[in-house]
Amino acid sequence: MTDVQDSPKPGVSPTNTSAGGASVRLEGLVRSYGKVRALDGLTLSIEPGEFIAFLGPSGCGKTTALRVLAGFERPDSGRVLVDGKDVSNVNAQKRDMGMVFQSYSLFPNMSVLDNVAFGLRMRRQSGDQRRTKAGELLELVGLGDQAIKYPHQLSGGQQQRVALARALAIEPRVLLLDEPLSALDAKVRAELRDQIRQLQQRLDITTVFVTHDQEEALSMADRVCVMSSGHIEQVASPDTLYARPTTAFVAQFVGISSRVPVQSDGKEVVIFGQRCPVRSGGTVVSGPADALLRPEDVAVEVDPQGDGFITHKSFFGATTRLVVQVGEIPVRVDVRSDAGADMALGLHVRPSIIARDVLVASRTAIDIPSED
Amino acid sequence: MAPFFIYTGVGLGVPIVYILRNAFLTFQGKFTFSNLDLLVHGIYLKGFENSLLLSAITSIIPGILGVFLAYAIVTSNSAVLKRMVATASAVLANFGGINLTFIFIAALGEGTGVITVLLNHIGLNPWNHGFDLYNFYGVAFVYFYFQLPLMVLVITPALGGLRQSWREAAQNMGASNWRYWRHVGIPVLMPSILGGVLLLFGSSFAAYATAQTLTLGTVTLSPIQIGDTVSGNAIAGEANIGFAIALGMLIVLSITMIFYGLARRRASKWLR
Amino acid sequence: MVTVAESYFFENEEVGPGETPVKRRRKKYRIWRLVVLVIAGLYFLAPLYAGFRFALQNDSGKFSFWAFSSLPSEQGFSAAFFLSMRLAIFTALVELILMVPTAIFVHLRLPKLRPVMDFVTILPIVVPPIVLIVGVLGSAPLFLKESPYLLSIFYVVLAMPFVYRSLDAGLSAIDLRTLVEASRSLGGSWIRTLWSVIMPNLRAALLSATALTLALVFGEYTMANLDGWTTMPVWIAQFQQSDAHVTLAASMALLVGTWLLLSLIVAADRSQSRRRSRKAGTR
Repeated sequence: MTDVQDSPKPGVSPTNTSAGGASVRLEGLVRSYGKVRALDGLTLSIEPGEFIAFLGPSGCGKTTALRVLAGFERPDSGRVLVDGKDVSNVNAQKRDMGMVFQSYSLFPNMSVLDNVAFGLRMRRQSGDQRRTKAGELLELVGLGDQAIKYPHQLSGGQQQRVALARALAIEPRVLLLDEPLSALDAKVRAELRDQIRQLQQRLDITTVFVTHDQEEALSMADRVCVMSSGHIEQVASPDTLYARPTTAFVAQFVGISSRVPVQSDGKEVVIFGQRCPVRSGGTVVSGPADALLRPEDVAVEVDPQGDGFITHKSFFGATTRLVVQVGEIPVRVDVRSDAGADMALGLHVRPSIIARDVLVASRTAIDIPSED
Repeated sequence: MAPFFIYTGVGLGVPIVYILRNAFLTFQGKFTFSNLDLLVHGIYLKGFENSLLLSAITSIIPGILGVFLAYAIVTSNSAVLKRMVATASAVLANFGGINLTFIFIAALGEGTGVITVLLNHIGLNPWNHGFDLYNFYGVAFVYFYFQLPLMVLVITPALGGLRQSWREAAQNMGASNWRYWRHVGIPVLMPSILGGVLLLFGSSFAAYATAQTLTLGTVTLSPIQIGDTVSGNAIAGEANIGFAIALGMLIVLSITMIFYGLARRRASKWLR
Repeated sequence: MVTVAESYFFENEEVGPGETPVKRRRKKYRIWRLVVLVIAGLYFLAPLYAGFRFALQNDSGKFSFWAFSSLPSEQGFSAAFFLSMRLAIFTALVELILMVPTAIFVHLRLPKLRPVMDFVTILPIVVPPIVLIVGVLGSAPLFLKESPYLLSIFYVVLAMPFVYRSLDAGLSAIDLRTLVEASRSLGGSWIRTLWSVIMPNLRAALLSATALTLALVFGEYTMANLDGWTTMPVWIAQFQQSDAHVTLAASMALLVGTWLLLSLIVAADRSQSRRRSRKAGTR
């Protein structure tokens, strides 16, 4: 399991330490609150300069993991290593990581400039020195002209940019972001997303980004760590995660999947009358199982003798999403809109698999926990 | 809307106007400054000084203590404690003036006070060490009983407004506990603390019942002096001095509440 | 005021998603906090203990409920009690009739007036009873001066800050505009809306406001005394010359009564808000 969950950043050898970021290793982290296991033996290695997203529904443990890394929570067992050094017993104050909180973390009694300079002040830099540095960072996030304003005079997006500048001012080797965009509206969110990513790449800081929004995670990160119930489901690059999910949870949480019951012999399944190889890399299942199909894995042809018939149709611009009822199973299928134009509700179609292999999971009723 | 404004306008306006008018009149109705003149001399001036001093003592000290007490309560993990304290603060802050007098006499009365007797047994009788319930400082001591809860009531929402993320951000930036309080916590709380102290000041300055029943008029305080003129204990020829004192009190209280309003405004800007 | 305070005692921890509530403080703080609480507890409980001790003794110093039981029959007690009761009820009624529509109106139609209201509700603090009575006694017409209800009129003014604050908090907690619009769009008249929709949701705030008014009237000494009316507090003060035990019994009874009343309100408010949030499906 450890091998699968811990796949390193593609193309980077583990001993490569860039000047910017530190390497981070979380080892066997366990943290319980009463009966709830927030972290269940979490182990993960993060490369220097890597941008990794912790993605998952509420309560999956992603924020807890971040807070343990930051030093705000002590794990019941396990270690946190930064650049090979065990920092598990080091106070949050001394860990030298920059953190951006979800909202309202700027000190209201200080100007924006003083907020950004705060970390430098704690490090006893001289007034001039820190004001200059703070000014530079504000320029970096595009708020150079707001230096004398107070937090309550800024918009949510601006505040988060200041928070980012503040975290970066201390030149941390690890940058932590706890759902920084969740409280902002869509347009601002999109802008900031790009800004954060660009900044991070420029400065080459190891970055951990916690979010429940898969769009954010997939578009920003080098690797995405999908979590549920305190453990890691899969860690991989965004495209791998999407195209080759290794667990049912990932398949259903990232993107959309339809579950189709099949019989598996471990190597092959028969689905829609076709033989398809089972995708390697996941747990091997034999006997009754569920195939998880992405809408783009399936094609349909109009056929009066076909097994399926169209029950829903939604126009998405370039593609049209159909829901095809095959027996008792609704299967979501994406077709090109020009082809889809001819497909009316109630029409009989013949579904077929066009993916080269199919993800097969055991037939337990695993549902994605609903997001509160 | 209109009924409200009319009612309040008349209810407050008429007495105030009357006071304003009469402060400048003699008993016979002639315009004069003599009342004001009296006010800034002699015992009436002393009354003002004492009242201001008493209010200062019973606003600053309970103010500071109240912050610590409120903090101790807010950070506790016991829901029971918090619930009890919430009700207790509300009850005690509104505790009628005279009732306070009587239970304090019952507790710390010179010969018969329950607590006095207890302390006497262990040789710590406060009366033997200069304590006097019925003098100026005795009154101050009794005032603490309703001023402290009032401060706790006022400052608790402000303490609650101190976001956890500020503290953690400060920690993350390398600040120790003390430095967090020094740079963030206390500055943010300051407008609320000031507001609380001002409110306490006003509350103490205006208090009559406790002081009157406790000292029976022996301590020179402005409210008591006003009461004397009303109940006919005034000196002849100084009949309208009561109005002048009342006017003086109105001025002091107005200034206090203006600053209170300013403090509250600043507080709400930061502690949104 | 009680409900506002209580809510802050509990909702003070801004627990965002993923944040954990205030956790274990280090040993050092726990001791310090304990010390503070114990000292404060002693200071506040000692006089109460003394009061009860005194009230539960008879003249020869032995434990007895005599002071309490003889209270109703003491000279002047009933008269004073019922006078206070009449004044309290009258004050509460006028207060509510005046303030409830006003508070609702401001919330609904004139939110811009809120700062004005905040200011006006601070005014009674600027004009305390001792000052007010001086002005009143001079300016009130004779026919009013012959009635104790003159006091009531001004008690309404004195209670205003607390009542408004309480109603304001209660109105802020419910989505007034939506409720009213829903009711009106379904055909409800203003009176109906007020009675069946708004008031039930304001139960806790109304109770709180009424209780505070009652407590105020039963505890107000300054104006009553100087106006020459023997309300409860005045009676207690006068009676102190005769018998300290009975006096204290009255004081303690008042205290306990107020405490009970406020506790009930807090409990009612908590159950109402719990019901409300359960219905809305929030945490």
